[in-house]
Amino acid sequence: MANIPQRIIHEWLRHDKKFPHVWCAGCSNGIVLGSIIRALAGMNIDRDDIVMVSGIGCSSRMPVYVDFNTLHTLHGRSIAYATGIKMHKPHLKVIVITGDGDCTAIGGNHMIHAARRNIDLTVILINNSIYGMTGGQASPTTPHEAIATTAPYGNIEPDFNVCDLAMGAGASFVARTTAFHTVEVQNIVREAIDHPGFALIEVISACPVIYGRLNKKGGPPQMLKDMRDNSVPLSAAEKLPPEKLEGKIIRGVLRKEIKPEFCASYADLVKRVQAMGGEK
Amino acid sequence: MQKKTKTTKTAPKPTKPTAEKPDSKLGELQTTRERKTVLMQGNEAVAYGALDAGCDFFAGYPITPSTEIAEILALELPKRGGVFVQMEDEIASICAITGASLAGAKSLTATSGPGFSLMQEGIGFARITETPCVVVNVQRVGPSTGMPTSCAQGEIQQSRWGSHGDSPAIVLYPDSVKECYELTIRAVNLAEKYRTCVILLLDEVLGHMREAVSLPDMANVRVISRIKPTVPPHWYKHYDKNQKYLSPLASYGEGYRFHVTGLTHDQLGFPTNKVTEAAEMMDRLRKKITYNIRDLVQIESYQMEDAKIAIFAAGIVARAAKAAVAMARLEGIPVGLLRPLTIWPFPDEAVRKMLRDVDIVVVPELNQGQLVREIQRLVKDRSDSKLIKIQRVNGQLISPQDILSTMKEGM
Amino acid sequence: MTNYEIRLSGSGGQGLILAGIILGRAAVLDKRRVTQTQSYGPESRGGSSRADVIISDQEIYFPEATSFDCLLALTQEACDKYLFDLRENGILIIDTTYVKNLALAAENTYELPFTEIAIEKLGSPISTNILSLAFLVKVTGIVKESSLKQSISESVKPAFVDLNLKAMKLGFELAAKYQK
Repeated sequence: MANIPQRIIHEWLRHDKKFPHVWCAGCSNGIVLGSIIRALAGMNIDRDDIVMVSGIGCSSRMPVYVDFNTLHTLHGRSIAYATGIKMHKPHLKVIVITGDGDCTAIGGNHMIHAARRNIDLTVILINNSIYGMTGGQASPTTPHEAIATTAPYGNIEPDFNVCDLAMGAGASFVARTTAFHTVEVQNIVREAIDHPGFALIEVISACPVIYGRLNKKGGPPQMLKDMRDNSVPLSAAEKLPPEKLEGKIIRGVLRKEIKPEFCASYADLVKRVQAMGGEK
Repeated sequence: MQKKTKTTKTAPKPTKPTAEKPDSKLGELQTTRERKTVLMQGNEAVAYGALDAGCDFFAGYPITPSTEIAEILALELPKRGGVFVQMEDEIASICAITGASLAGAKSLTATSGPGFSLMQEGIGFARITETPCVVVNVQRVGPSTGMPTSCAQGEIQQSRWGSHGDSPAIVLYPDSVKECYELTIRAVNLAEKYRTCVILLLDEVLGHMREAVSLPDMANVRVISRIKPTVPPHWYKHYDKNQKYLSPLASYGEGYRFHVTGLTHDQLGFPTNKVTEAAEMMDRLRKKITYNIRDLVQIESYQMEDAKIAIFAAGIVARAAKAAVAMARLEGIPVGLLRPLTIWPFPDEAVRKMLRDVDIVVVPELNQGQLVREIQRLVKDRSDSKLIKIQRVNGQLISPQDILSTMKEGM
Repeated sequence: MTNYEIRLSGSGGQGLILAGIILGRAAVLDKRRVTQTQSYGPESRGGSSRADVIISDQEIYFPEATSFDCLLALTQEACDKYLFDLRENGILIIDTTYVKNLALAAENTYELPFTEIAIEKLGSPISTNILSLAFLVKVTGIVKESSLKQSISESVKPAFVDLNLKAMKLGFELAAKYQK
């Protein structure tokens, strides 16, 4: 790359406006933001054509920092707002930044229906396994038996497998990676934005200050190392027996298929109806 | 759906504001429609009003008794290149129309009580972010599921106070099929002009009622569209405070890379915790309504000139009241009717005048006292005994005879 | 002329709301003022159902019929419920297939087994609404017969126009031949 990475990031940030950011030291959100910007910078997309939409939560504060069209919406509803934007101006690249609570608890319904419609949105779900902004309450991805402020005796609920959920709902592009694998995040984001259909990327991330302390995960470097040591690329995982994959994060593009995209189908419908004679 | 148009890299040339000018492209599409007198349903009139006002985006979820609006727009919007999308629920519907509006659409949704309750948070978001959109609520009997096919006026207060926090409201209330058409256009126009979520309240009976109506030619329909910014992108302020609280509005994809948030924000749209900026934002939301009461409030005054008794009623109940006025006048009783077409902001001035001019005020309504509450707020030093309340919540209409006989008992 | 108030009543699925719309459209063709309202349960079939049509040359304020100039009752329940709101000298038309008892004797009562006639002459009870509506139009003269015909043609699906026009014609004939 011709440009120094740091400079690219600063070109794409509202660096003179809303800094310093709200994220804690050691948080993965900034790493993921860097990967997203590097992915976009290499894609030759007009910045005016990018819309970043988010809900409520730590990761959902991301849009305010980036110099795109940005929309910070209600808790859980980012995908519904994004659907409106995309349907009205299908040429815009609409990227949704969401978290585990935002997307799979309060916003679960919108996520599965957007996946079912296969509308061309790129949903980047930054999964830190906890409600960080409000101080550590359990989310649908808080692991079984993990500690949260609303699960002080250990979480008795089973957790969601976010990628399985998206695939079950019909998402045409599903991938998982971690904040440790920054180049992989960058590459997958690029592939997802290019994919003509609903794309969901789960980025496993670290919340050392809240989740890490509650569950004694050993601070930011240790949590990043854990992502490295506990994850297996899909290509390697396919060759391993199931017992070796117990507790491992499987990384990579888990599904990529071409299906009719919603905005394209709607455009076809409009064409068909107008060919029938427009006014009744 | 909009095709991609190349955005200009340089500052757009200053142009005159485009508001309050009929949309010529739409006019061409519409003139071909026959404008003869037809038997039309209230919900149908809402749908055609939306189209004539230039609505090009509808997202909704089916619910009795509003579904016809969605069904007609599902049929009509694709013909005009507009978007119809059935969402997974009413929450998604209000969010989708707000998103579409931020991308430049004139958008609308339609629902009824249960869906209207679900939309409240999204309505508040549209208000704080000053995003134009219209919510049509065809009221049915509540609370909860209530009586889906029966008539009530239970959301008069909810439409004002339903969303949390202090936020302004513009709520319109038609009483005939023709007015359903007219006030839908007005709702869309006001949403565009005042940059807010405008609510149109219908009574179930009106939504489903059919009347002989003849819609005006498009040439006679006044369409208002949001004012677009004429400044270069780096000068653009999404909530410019130097514009009498009504400022130009850019859309996503036009080169103005602005930020929108449901958090309390400064004039650029960025979140703020500063007390001065928070106060400024709240002032702006309030004053853009209160400074424009005369533009917003519409009221019908029927036989009020010499009236000693006034009936104050809205929607379908005002139709019964008008019949009651006619019947009472035959008997020589000096009765008149005051009917708000805009219920929020409430027509305080007209009601104060009414309270000064008449001896008795009759307030019939299909709820347990939502309109009369506002009258009582304005009565102040005068005795409450002048108010005759007629309230019904069993799904049946209040008839002209009901009003007439109750009024006579109270005289 | 003051308002002419008509109530078409029966149960859900008998096509009374469609009959009300057709009557309303016929009145529009006659260049009259008209309102049409309805009341029905949440279900598509069964339950009670009614359609009100008010026709006038003046502005119609209250759109619901309160004192009927004409009442059509296709079920016993509807007849029992609404009979007492029939105006003095108002016209009562009942379907004796289902209405077996009359709580009071109205002066202008027309009794015919409309549903049975529809099954026998038209092969199905589905056109009972149009059959009885045509009968009502002929008896009351509230809209022009030609307007009713045009309204039916414009309101029902193309495949059913012939059947419904046949039902209309039969309704007119039954009214012409009716002996009180």
